[in-house]
Amino acid sequence: MPALPLHAAGPYVAAAYLVFLAVVLAYVSIIAAKIGRLERRLDEDERR
Amino acid sequence: MPRVSLRRQTLATAALLATAYGLVFFYAPIEADQGFVQKIFYLHVPLAICALAGFIAGGLFGVAYLRSGVRRFDERSYVAIHLALVFGALTLATGSIWARASWGHWWVWQEPTLVSFLIVFLLYATYQPLRFAIDDRDRQARYAAVFAIVGAAFIPLNFAAVRLAQAYTHPRVLGATGGSMPGSMRLTFLCCLAAIGLLFVTLCRLELAAKRVRFRHRALARVRALDHEDAVNRPTRRPVEPAIVSRGS
Repeated sequence: MPALPLHAAGPYVAAAYLVFLAVVLAYVSIIAAKIGRLERRLDEDERR
Repeated sequence: MPRVSLRRQTLATAALLATAYGLVFFYAPIEADQGFVQKIFYLHVPLAICALAGFIAGGLFGVAYLRSGVRRFDERSYVAIHLALVFGALTLATGSIWARASWGHWWVWQEPTLVSFLIVFLLYATYQPLRFAIDDRDRQARYAAVFAIVGAAFIPLNFAAVRLAQAYTHPRVLGATGGSMPGSMRLTFLCCLAAIGLLFVTLCRLELAAKRVRFRHRALARVRALDHEDAVNRPTRRPVEPAIVSRGS
């Protein structure tokens, strides 16, 4: 297939990078929220 | 060896990712054959390499666990495989987008590179169900380690088979002869590989930190439960019953 022109290739490149960014950000936020929740619970348990 | 704090490592990862992808869009030339869409290469290939390296690392930690019985190696093996699966899913997603733009199809079943990667991915997708189907923690860790080792041994074999197979459409850029990339593309690619590799290690550390907090919480809960059980089962001092004295004979 011939090379796509910039205006046609742009959305594909953007989609690939946005999928990557979205997955990494979702992963980091899930793990960070989990750590935060567990640390809060641990603190509460230790205080009791 | 002094360990870098997780916060510093996260910042370094973000900085390296920004630099690497800055190079992709502002330094690396546009490839003559594929045009702008080839920029996906700098994301897709490092993700695939890190995913396969993560599966192999999982196998190596599995060997370390079976040899030593140290729980830490089992945790590392699990986290490496878990993250390699995430990176593998990203490889498949970015590869499909690239395939659609370059070949006009989301997926090409005749292409050995694509199908073999999918087989490896699906093989490892069974790791977690297998692991969590076993209740006993020691057995779970042992079986998971054996799975990780067998899977890791399968990867180089699979890779060699794909190399020997006739290429259909998927290009072989990184050949044994060093490939055919010009210097600026090679430098950009190596930066991207380093950035994605560092991201993998940082995410592993983050997940291990989460696991450590969870284990501390569970250990505390167990101690509490034992204390409570102790308190319930402790014999209480009962008032001594008055002796029955026979009255009179």
